[in-house]
Amino acid sequence: MATISIRDIRKSYGNTEVIHGVSIDVADGEFIVIVGPSGCGKSTLLRMVAGLERITGGTIDIGGRVVNELEPRERDIAMVFQNYALYPHMSVFDNMAYGLKIAGQSKEEIRARVDKAAAMLQLEPYLDRKPRALSGGQRQRVAMGRALVRDPAVFLFDEPLSNLDAKLRVQMRLEIKQLQRSVGTTSLYVTHDQVEAMTLADRLVVMNGGIAEQIDTPMAVYERPATRFVAGFIGSPAMNMLEGTAKGSIFALEGGGRLTFGDAELAETERPVLLGVRPEHLKLAASDEAALELSVTAVETLGADTLAHGSLSGANGAGSALVARLPGSVKVTPGDTLPLAIDARSVHLFDAETGRRV
Amino acid sequence: MVEKRGVGTNMVHLVLITGIVIVCFPIYLTFVGSTLTHFEVIRPPMPLVPGPHFIENYTRALTSGVHVPVGRMLFNSLVMAMGIAVGKIAISILSAYAIVYFRFPFRMLAFWAIFMTLMLPVEVRIVPTYEVAASLGLLNTYSGLILPLIASATATFLFRQFFLTVPDELLEAARVDGAGPWRFFKDILLPLSVTNIAALFVILFIYGWNQFLWPLLITTKPEMNTIVMGLKQMMPTADDYGNWPVTMAAAMLAVLPPVAVVLFMQRLFVKGLVETEK
Repeated sequence: MATISIRDIRKSYGNTEVIHGVSIDVADGEFIVIVGPSGCGKSTLLRMVAGLERITGGTIDIGGRVVNELEPRERDIAMVFQNYALYPHMSVFDNMAYGLKIAGQSKEEIRARVDKAAAMLQLEPYLDRKPRALSGGQRQRVAMGRALVRDPAVFLFDEPLSNLDAKLRVQMRLEIKQLQRSVGTTSLYVTHDQVEAMTLADRLVVMNGGIAEQIDTPMAVYERPATRFVAGFIGSPAMNMLEGTAKGSIFALEGGGRLTFGDAELAETERPVLLGVRPEHLKLAASDEAALELSVTAVETLGADTLAHGSLSGANGAGSALVARLPGSVKVTPGDTLPLAIDARSVHLFDAETGRRV
Repeated sequence: MVEKRGVGTNMVHLVLITGIVIVCFPIYLTFVGSTLTHFEVIRPPMPLVPGPHFIENYTRALTSGVHVPVGRMLFNSLVMAMGIAVGKIAISILSAYAIVYFRFPFRMLAFWAIFMTLMLPVEVRIVPTYEVAASLGLLNTYSGLILPLIASATATFLFRQFFLTVPDELLEAARVDGAGPWRFFKDILLPLSVTNIAALFVILFIYGWNQFLWPLLITTKPEMNTIVMGLKQMMPTADDYGNWPVTMAAAMLAVLPPVAVVLFMQRLFVKGLVETEK
């Protein structure tokens, strides 16, 4: 068990800096998920914590000890890799026992620890098998077992579920969460999947282009995204973004037209801003109460919900693409024009230049 | 696979059997020759069925031979071929490990220097190599037979290519598990290379066993002769009477160790083919 303190960490390959100073404080036992698009530096960050990449600048502190110059084995960490990285010539038992064997544990101790981990992961019937005789989900469990038996200060997960099929992924997601709860080990988990991120995390780190855009609890990230990027990245379908200027209760759209928010006051700004509203916060309304009209071009029915894709039309000016998530019971066909209301409290404003929340 | 029926199947078998007969007939003839007396062999037509002198001829070959007992030469060849095969594999796997997994100055230069020597067979560098071996006092020694042939660019290259296909995550997982460079090599890389080692062992053993020119130069004493050299010397020359049955028995004996190596290693090959997943 340990805290992790990452201070202004930087990574350069030659002259190209890929991580531009990230700072994260992780409490003991916390589950932190680092999420971001491909190439945002999330895996590099994790690998620096693991000691697999050299640190260009800043410090990483695990359990009160700066580990910058330590080898992975001296950092008291365990890592689960995306492609499992099981030793193909060793049995499941040996795969899990290898780290302990190197650490010079006694045979009985190794046996006891591996059996305990195998019981937790329901791997007992497979201990004598080679990894190639296992299914994807079982391999994933072995990889987790290998981390578990070491009883490390920190678990590091590098997109551990991305090689599994959708159903198994949901199941393993729950198992990882429960496992981490029961052993209470501080964990860093990297993923590009926002559902995994939202469901697993105690706190989320949303990364983009080598910086941490926002570090907060999943609900806070969803409800109050700190930047335009976070707003667009978390939530599916992505948040609708409209360009314009806000004044009082009126939002003047860039392409002409306006949205009115009744008596609610928007933060008053005269400069160009982006108005963000999530698809699920657009509601069907009577024509006279509607803030905007959506001319539907495509419909996706998901059962519980219906997604209406289209663009603004009518008095609101035309052009901007918009998605609304409507209840599944609503019948919509392409060509319809839907009057929609926006709850002013669910509206987000971002500075058009910096992308920061206003 | 193309499936044939009736006449097609028979044709396929006919072609295959013809091929086998063509390949095997000289070997059979050698075996027949090794069971006859000298006069039966040299008087045409030579019989095509084995004679009764099998034990007599083979005992004579193994214990006394023509110049040196064949047993002695077989032993010399075995030492040389094993030395070359094991030495080549040991050196090349270690150098490939260094080239692939360690960053050191002039790494690529080292690799290309090794690679370039692929173009220089023993025959090209034989005179300077002899000079060096002679000055080191390696004439008529096993070290002299083995050492100059022990470096292998081909094997180094093969191991390098194989190591490049081993996923980086295995190395990283091993590092996280606490394995140092030596443990990673011993516990992970070596077991994964077993198939490659087996394949190379077969090729290199036969390469070593069949060496002719180098042993001819480096050994002058008959008791250091290898079997391949010995066979050449056992062949009757112009003013020599020779002893054909013993020579042929020696030839048969000379074939056995490589055959044994191939048969034994074949199991590892097949195992390796089944376990392709890394």
